[in-house]
Amino acid sequence: MTIIEEHPANPAAGDADRPIGYGRLQRKEDPRFVRGKGNYVDDIVLPGMLHGAILRAPVAHARLVSIDTSKALAHPGVKAVITGQDLLGLKLAWAPTLSADVQAVLVTDKVRFQGQEVAFVVADDRYSARDALELIEVDYDVLPPVVDVRKALDPGAPVIRDEIEGRTDNHIFDWEAGDKAECDAVFASADVVVSQEMVYPRVHPAPMETCGAVADYEPIDGTLTLYETSQAPHAHRTLFAIVAGIPEHKIRIVSPDIGGGFGNKVGIYPGYILAVVGSIVTGKPVKWMEDRSENLMSTSFARDYIMQGEIAATKDGKILALRTNVLADHGAFNATAQPTKYPAGFFHIFTGSYDLQAAHCKVTGVYTNKAPGGVAYACSFRVTEAVYLVERMVDILARKLEMDPAELRLKNLIKPEQFPYKNKTGWEYDSGDYATALRKSMDMAGYDELRREQKEKRARGELMGIGISFFTETVGAGPRKHMDIVGLGMNDGAELRVHPTGKAVVRISVQSQGQGHETTFAQIVAEELGIPPEDIDVVHGDTDQTPFGLGTYGSRSTPVSGAAVALVARKVREKAKFIAAAMLETRPEDLEWEKGRWFVKGDPSAGKTIAEISMGAHGTVALPEGIDGNLDAEVTYDPPNLTFPFGAYICVVDVDPGTGHVKVRRFIAVDDCGTRINPMIIEGQVHGGLTDGVGMALMQFIEFDAEGNNLGGTFMDYLIPTALEVPNWETGFTVTPSPHHPIGAKGIGESATVGSPPAIVNAVVDALAPFGIQHMDMPCTPARVWAAMQGRPRPPI
Amino acid sequence: MQIPAPFDYARATTVNDALALLERHPDSRVVAGGHSLLPMMKLRLARPEWLIDINDLYELDFILREGDYLRVGAMTRHTTLLESPEIARLFPIITDAERVIADPIVRNRGTIGGSLCQADPAEDLSTCCVVLRAEAVIRGPGGERTVSMSEFHRGPYETAVAQNEILVEVRFPILPRSGSAYEKVERRVGDWAVVAAGAAVSLAEDGTIDDVAIGLTAAGIDRTITEAEAVLHGKKPTEGLFIEAGRIAAAASDPIADQRGPVDYKRHLADELTRRVLRHACARALEVRHTTTQEG
Ligand SMILES: Cc1cc2nc3c(=O)[nH]c(=O)nc-3n(C[C@H](O)[C@H](O)[C@H](O)COP(=O)(O)OP(=O)(O)OC[C@H]3O[C@@H](n4cnc5c(N)ncnc54)[C@H](O)[C@@H]3O)c2cc1C
Repeated sequence: MTIIEEHPANPAAGDADRPIGYGRLQRKEDPRFVRGKGNYVDDIVLPGMLHGAILRAPVAHARLVSIDTSKALAHPGVKAVITGQDLLGLKLAWAPTLSADVQAVLVTDKVRFQGQEVAFVVADDRYSARDALELIEVDYDVLPPVVDVRKALDPGAPVIRDEIEGRTDNHIFDWEAGDKAECDAVFASADVVVSQEMVYPRVHPAPMETCGAVADYEPIDGTLTLYETSQAPHAHRTLFAIVAGIPEHKIRIVSPDIGGGFGNKVGIYPGYILAVVGSIVTGKPVKWMEDRSENLMSTSFARDYIMQGEIAATKDGKILALRTNVLADHGAFNATAQPTKYPAGFFHIFTGSYDLQAAHCKVTGVYTNKAPGGVAYACSFRVTEAVYLVERMVDILARKLEMDPAELRLKNLIKPEQFPYKNKTGWEYDSGDYATALRKSMDMAGYDELRREQKEKRARGELMGIGISFFTETVGAGPRKHMDIVGLGMNDGAELRVHPTGKAVVRISVQSQGQGHETTFAQIVAEELGIPPEDIDVVHGDTDQTPFGLGTYGSRSTPVSGAAVALVARKVREKAKFIAAAMLETRPEDLEWEKGRWFVKGDPSAGKTIAEISMGAHGTVALPEGIDGNLDAEVTYDPPNLTFPFGAYICVVDVDPGTGHVKVRRFIAVDDCGTRINPMIIEGQVHGGLTDGVGMALMQFIEFDAEGNNLGGTFMDYLIPTALEVPNWETGFTVTPSPHHPIGAKGIGESATVGSPPAIVNAVVDALAPFGIQHMDMPCTPARVWAAMQGRPRPPI
Repeated sequence: MQIPAPFDYARATTVNDALALLERHPDSRVVAGGHSLLPMMKLRLARPEWLIDINDLYELDFILREGDYLRVGAMTRHTTLLESPEIARLFPIITDAERVIADPIVRNRGTIGGSLCQADPAEDLSTCCVVLRAEAVIRGPGGERTVSMSEFHRGPYETAVAQNEILVEVRFPILPRSGSAYEKVERRVGDWAVVAAGAAVSLAEDGTIDDVAIGLTAAGIDRTITEAEAVLHGKKPTEGLFIEAGRIAAAASDPIADQRGPVDYKRHLADELTRRVLRHACARALEVRHTTTQEG
């Protein structure tokens, strides 16, 4: 059932600004951020701390002939210079990646991408460390690089990973989903088949805070405290224990305030390991903080998929099947962060929001001489690529059938009564009312009126485009029987303690990079226990302070950790019931719950609030058998399924025919993330994601030249959209709770980043329709839009 | 954080003090707004041993009308130019350009002097100065000299200002019945130009074009396109002439392919934008002529 009201009737919700539970609560973390009192990794200063800097390779592919560090060591501020040879001795030259591959921490044999880590200098201050880099002399024997992913599998292509015994090519994996034979049969008998190759270019998450770490190894008791920019501190601790051989109980990872992640801070980068090695070698804390160019050139990129799509339909617009072959550029090491069994992430959600008879995809992953990474930039494990593919294909089909793209979608969307819906590649969609969301976005946009305006403009020679995208995500990974990362089940824990006076602390395993966890998770506890969110502290980001869990990425915090928090609060509520019964000298089954208190059925005046019960629990109340004297609980949540947020987006653009410049005039976003905990935070997440979408669709692209030089190494080359490129976002919502989630929430973090690029590209292509253009690749820069119009018959302008 | 190579720093109190400091430290550069020099130092593309800070030289921060000239001090910030009603009235091309130069943060610090001395091929104010036939006043140990823009520009990143000299002022001649305009294509607000064009015209009493200058930014040429100007001289402005001028401008341009676009696109922009700015500049000149006629 779809609820369209923002505040479902909830008498205890409190007023809008100070809700007890869900509602528009101002973010609890903001006072410290707006006052400049955040505490980021680079703010951490420890006594005696030294500073590290990384020497990076200037070329993409080269043998390391020799490296001479003597001049750098002679620099008065330098304390140590570490090379790959030193790491070989420590068995730390190579580290496991999150995708069953290994990655060089420092080059020992061969440089495999421009910007790769070659040596690490530790010095008294940042300036000396940076200056000393110029004193290291390295001799490279340059090799031909593999830059064009389409040539990576050519016979005779240079073998990038020749350190792996028996490797003779750059092939990493082939992965398939869906029934190929069934799909081919449907295609063979379909009335209409259209195909299109499309490139989702390499982009970068580019968080405002770059990556960094402060490592503090204490040699006497052998403990390591590592402050780092991490979206997954617990998983990092386990990996550090395995990689560095430091016992896990001696490692503490602290991820303090994080200035944006977007997947960029999921993996373990050589810099983190080098800070640890530097601290072990010098016996002092070592800080390493990368600069902007290092972040853009060496840390986790996103996308880089070449997709060959084909869609089959009947003449009257019933979509039958979808298939695609993908060539995936994984860079020099397969360091993609994703569940082990899914080398292409969740790309097989590419069937989108439509009821299909068949589907098949095949993804081939290859090595190239580029930075490693792969799943980042708010993509829900490749759902971004999947949604882009299907939403472009549906638009192309609409054009072929001469049908309105909204009408074609409405005709094929999965119907509410079909949920839970099993798609053709193995997903079970939990819930949805797609047509309602699409109709709502069309109403908000004034869709028919926009089409009328477009018609008039076209007659005058003006280029206006309207683009639709309807997306379904699959987030909240995930059930441990299917999903793990390096063997760690994708579950999350929560611990709740209610103090004697009724104030509470909830400790969670996920880490906020700006998503507002300190507010949202307090609101979940508040909703379940009926105590004000201001009375609940949320602790996160410190492995010594929080229960184990896999961290924040793939929109998984609310679906997984949010469920853990709701369940732990319910556990406390249940326990409170027994203690209240003892206090009220009645039986637990005679008590009834209302927000904040247990009372005797039929006698509302006889009741105990959570604060009273907690004081009782910690006090002298005679406790019933089996109940101990506190009001604490803990939970680890294993989700039964993923959640499936969805949304309908409409974009309106104007294109300058003389310059190819695209202006996004309007953008309407209707999102359904199930139960809405804090609508203000949700809207903030949507605004940010939509802005990211404008970046990817119109301006972003990490480009390489033929030698493998990265051409996007600064913000002058890699463009970040600003308020000036984006319209006033028009957001709306529907609410279709997830039936299997304790509070019905589905997750919102990545919806807008996933859903917006196809809406914008569909709008640009629609604007260019008078030229007979079927597709253009992102980013739709002025030059590319202009080029798309050239050599085509001028429309009747 | 990006870290420059080591350098020393001195803060000049007067123009003469700055000149003395430049003389004393041969490997020194003045820093004005710092929005070109400091990024280059952080990327270690520039490594001066000394920075001579001229931000206390308020005597170089002015916009003054003197007879048939508007005098603009070298330390005048982009924001001041953008917000000046006098500039908007006399030289709307500068207001047009300032709207699309960088972003407010850069404009609050960056100066006209720094812009011209940086002489980046994609820098916008140089084109404005060229088409407005401005002159640059340079002061050195031997006193002041005034040079035309064509003498000032020696090529990309090279100007007539020697190491021991300072640009102190830019002078713009004020012509009757004139109009000017600038238009730039950028990939994103605050980006450098893919290509930009500027034009200035002044009309004779009879409405024919008395003087015209056309300039291109980031188009691989020394900014002006005299051949295109010649087509318009002495004629009444018409769409046909603008088209012809645009065609010549495109042919004269010699852009390079880069991430902002391929050569054919940039050539096309030279054409498209030349037409647009001529149309706009002539319309503005006609407006001025109209108002002056009415006033007269
Ligand atoms: C993000 C960003 C975007 C930008 N976008 C644009 C744009 O779109 N268009 C554009 O035109 N510009 C752009 N700029 C450049 C900006 O306009 C600069 O401010 C300007 O180019 C230089 O001015 P400045 O005062 O900052 O000079 P500085 O950086 O201080 O100096 C530049 C050079 O000029 C020399 N110099 C400065 N003043 C004098 C003087 N009086 N006499 C002699 N030498 C002097 C310095 O020694 C140095 O070599 C951008 C800059 C940034 C950072």
